[in-house]
Amino acid sequence: MSLEEKKQQIIEDFGQFDEWLDKYEYLIELGKGLEAFPEEKKTEDRLIKGCQSRVWLDCEERDGRLWFTADSDAIITKGIISLLIDVYSGCTPGEIAGDDFGFIAEIGLRDNLSPTRANGLVSMIETLKSYV
Amino acid sequence: MTVKEVREQFPILDTTVYGKPLVYLDNAATAQRPESVVAVWNALVRGCNANIHRAVHKLAAQATDEFENTRNSVREFLNAENREEIIFTSGATASINLVTFSFGEAFVHEGDEVIVSEAEHHSNIVPWQLLCQRKGASLKVLETDENGAIIPEKLEILLSEKTKIVAISHISNVLGLINPVKELVSICHKHGIPVLVDGAQGIVHETVDVQDLDCDFYAFSGHKLYAATGTGVLYGKKKWLDKMPPFMGGGEMIHTVSFSGTTYAPLPAKFEAGTQNLNATPTLVPAIDFVKSVRVSKDVEAEQNAITEYLMDVFAQDARIKLYGVPRRTGEKIPLFSFSVEGAHHEDIALLLDKMGIAVRSGQMCAEPLMDRFKTTGMVRVSFAPYNTLEEAKSFVKCLYGAIDMLL
Repeated sequence: MSLEEKKQQIIEDFGQFDEWLDKYEYLIELGKGLEAFPEEKKTEDRLIKGCQSRVWLDCEERDGRLWFTADSDAIITKGIISLLIDVYSGCTPGEIAGDDFGFIAEIGLRDNLSPTRANGLVSMIETLKSYV
Repeated sequence: MTVKEVREQFPILDTTVYGKPLVYLDNAATAQRPESVVAVWNALVRGCNANIHRAVHKLAAQATDEFENTRNSVREFLNAENREEIIFTSGATASINLVTFSFGEAFVHEGDEVIVSEAEHHSNIVPWQLLCQRKGASLKVLETDENGAIIPEKLEILLSEKTKIVAISHISNVLGLINPVKELVSICHKHGIPVLVDGAQGIVHETVDVQDLDCDFYAFSGHKLYAATGTGVLYGKKKWLDKMPPFMGGGEMIHTVSFSGTTYAPLPAKFEAGTQNLNATPTLVPAIDFVKSVRVSKDVEAEQNAITEYLMDVFAQDARIKLYGVPRRTGEKIPLFSFSVEGAHHEDIALLLDKMGIAVRSGQMCAEPLMDRFKTTGMVRVSFAPYNTLEEAKSFVKCLYGAIDMLL
């Protein structure tokens, strides 16, 4: 799937939920399903600053594309970061640099996007972009 | 006054969030304002806005009266000996910083020691750290017991001839435990050491008589006491305030100014540099009236006791929940409960509760050393005000169980 298709898929998935709690239930499921992140990779330099929970993000480049792995000690945050890395893993640096991350607002997580919010989705996005 | 009558003074409590009735349990961060406070605030902005103390015109005279009458109300509320001992600030943090700069400048020198407890808010730690860095002094930490309570005997051991001041909270913003301030002050005074009390939570829940406590400084914010934001008080004993140099220069704090030397205004103006928060500070008067009215209400007292009893039971019976700040005796804790749930992150719990309409605080509560003390990365805190009901406490518990089920 292309970047646009992946984003569209997520917008559709979230479109089924009218209730906030259902969205969070879905994020929790995503969080629980996130591929295990090796303990030895939970280092200070992979820790994202500005989140109330601890979030680690790692990135590898293969064949000109970026592949992300991540973890968090909070399950909803883990669900959100899981969404992000599902969408952006496999993208080229150019695709990520040119993206506005607007789909986050479209799925109703705009509140979490505020730069001053302690849950730090903005910090996650900035860290993700820093690998570009 | 009944709890229902208290609630009616706070229209914001009828708010719905995400289509659910708001249950506001973040009162220790900031309380809501009663209509009487909002009315004074509005009236001053609309009808009585002029800079205070200097101008001779009518509006300025009225604004000055409002401001200075507030000082009288605060003096009476704290039972301070005289009005010059009441300094207006922007909040407890500003009050404490004033003391660290001004008292610190005059009385803390290289090699001296300052003592704080490990249960302090960052606002009663960091200003002292900065002072110690500036002066080459050292900061000593008073450890608490396993529940986070301050043990007077431990303080006495820590005191030395190098100790210049002890800074301690009346009530911890994380644990809600009421510290034996009077006893702590008495111990320090035996050794000739002054005490600053961080009263940000204490002033809200306890009747404070500064002459009885005998503390040298007492700091608090208006916004936690139902007054306007950006208001605050530093009570200081005159004998100290007289000896302390000004903290900030400019505005009403001067007596005469010349380039060969400036002389300073007498107390309290000496510590009130610049234009004061003149529309907001007088909201302390209706706020104090409100607090006094709820303190004599049997109905409010019964409801608050019922909430505390109910939640202490809930927390004690559920092995998944760890409550911090368990009191040794009832009456030693305000209706403020910080807890964690084994296997569920504090942020997740707070996010889910939010979506159920319950406003709580999560994280480190501006008290990282205390988080380290309890070996946790954060907690969830619910803090109750006189407008909160037992029904709301029950609703919170039901939602908490729902959140835990989703997370575990």
